[in-house]
Amino acid sequence: MRGVFFVAALASVFAVGMICVFLLGSGIPTIKEIGVANFLLGTDWSPSNVPPSFGILPMIVGSIIVTFGAVVIGVPIGILSAVYLANSCPSRLYRFLKPGVDLLAGIPSVVYGFFGMAALVPLFDSSMLSASILLGIMILPTIITLSETSLRAVPGELYEGAVALGARHYRSVFGVVLPAAKSGVIAAVVLGLGRAIGETMAVIMVAGNQPRMPEGLLEGVRTMTANIVLEMGYASGIHRQALIATGATLFIFILLIDLSVPLITRGHSGSRLLRLLGRARKGAAT
Amino acid sequence: MNCFSVKNLNLHYGEMHALIDIHFDMKYREITALIGPSGCGKSTFLRTLNRMNDLVEGCRVEGSVRLFDEDIYTMPDVSMLRKRVGMVFQKPNPFPMSVFDNVAYGPRTHGVRSRQELEMIVEKSLRDAAIWDEVKDRLKKPAMSLSGGQQQRLCIARALAVSPEVLLLDEPTSALDPLSTAKIEELLRELRSKYSVVIVTHNMQQAAHISDKTAFFLLGELVEQGDTKELFENPRDERTAEYISVKVSAPQAACAAPVDIPARLAG
Repeated sequence: MRGVFFVAALASVFAVGMICVFLLGSGIPTIKEIGVANFLLGTDWSPSNVPPSFGILPMIVGSIIVTFGAVVIGVPIGILSAVYLANSCPSRLYRFLKPGVDLLAGIPSVVYGFFGMAALVPLFDSSMLSASILLGIMILPTIITLSETSLRAVPGELYEGAVALGARHYRSVFGVVLPAAKSGVIAAVVLGLGRAIGETMAVIMVAGNQPRMPEGLLEGVRTMTANIVLEMGYASGIHRQALIATGATLFIFILLIDLSVPLITRGHSGSRLLRLLGRARKGAAT
Repeated sequence: MNCFSVKNLNLHYGEMHALIDIHFDMKYREITALIGPSGCGKSTFLRTLNRMNDLVEGCRVEGSVRLFDEDIYTMPDVSMLRKRVGMVFQKPNPFPMSVFDNVAYGPRTHGVRSRQELEMIVEKSLRDAAIWDEVKDRLKKPAMSLSGGQQQRLCIARALAVSPEVLLLDEPTSALDPLSTAKIEELLRELRSKYSVVIVTHNMQQAAHISDKTAFFLLGELVEQGDTKELFENPRDERTAEYISVKVSAPQAACAAPVDIPARLAG
């Protein structure tokens, strides 16, 4: 009987292992064939030229900027929402807000894409800005739900301790409760980051998808994920291999993000970041 | 001069009448112990003195609580009240930051910015809480790395750092081992010359040992308040007499510390 549980537990590890083997196994030889520098640092993606050119730097830059934009927009809103839901929200309002956040998590990304086309593209064109805003919204439920959980896990005595010293509500929350929940909040941000860099459908619908170096926030951009989906349908031969190699590159990015979580939460950089935020807040207040 | 003067205090949690018509007076620089069985309202009463009950939903307070002739329930700024009336909790609750930052949290909250001044306040507070020698070389270490007893003394230092006029302690030793308890009792005896203190305790020996005045609570009422010695030796109310005799003859109380209360009662 225990064997059954063991096999079940093994299934996900096995799946990850297979993905690793497939992506890296067929991606890395292709990258070598194209040339590491030509592939990762090349700025020209022209798969149907003769000879073809497979530089994915514009897509790497696109993915990074769009993800960064999503974080800039989504993280502050997400953390502030979580603080409000966990520490300040009247229970009546909570019963209305919380399902709203949960619902946001359940919306299919293609629906987000439609929303972006209808509401963002008319304002900002098909651009990096549109994609960043849309992704910022999409990562909200991840950040809010996980941050709220870790904020609620902070013992109430800490909050009381700060209040009993004469600290006001928000000072107690930001100075004591949030730092106490920091590892959970950082994990939430990183998961949101992973979601943003991996998102495909919604991004394709609002980002413009031009495979060239973006020059401004209002320019169109193609992410690594978009590159794969847009061309996989008709690609063959080395072109197809180059797309798989793009996937491998994306996979390595995600691995790096995930591996950084224990490093960040163990070290002091997390609390330093929060202290910086606190200082910035104080600066803004005075 | 009365430091705290409480008249006709009633407190309701929703339907529950938790404090019934309390009259309570406390002199400047005295230690008052609040004793009584669990659930009798002594902690609730303590938390009316710095308005921590404001945090509890559905809690209503009527009557007057005066701190040096100022009604604390009409004060416009609760944070200023809580700066003047410090509190130490049952479970040590150091903040997840360094020893130094813990003690400096209060002063920083109230606007002290200069590093030099903060260092002075931190050292003085840690000395007053009799923990300076143990932590002076690890001020930058996380407060969580201290032992339970040290954490509680750190919390006392943290409360002292905003120079409160009154210190409220809610069973500060109930989560600690006997040795740490003894240290904190010694510390409280030293604090009595500088601060007015109200301490909730389950431990009769502790009450007898460290306090000038004692108040006995039962079922939400303040049954009797008076000089500690007087109250333990000649309780006026028979409910007090019964509680004290049961408590000091109970086995765990008898072996906790060989203090002279049983002898006094016998005499």
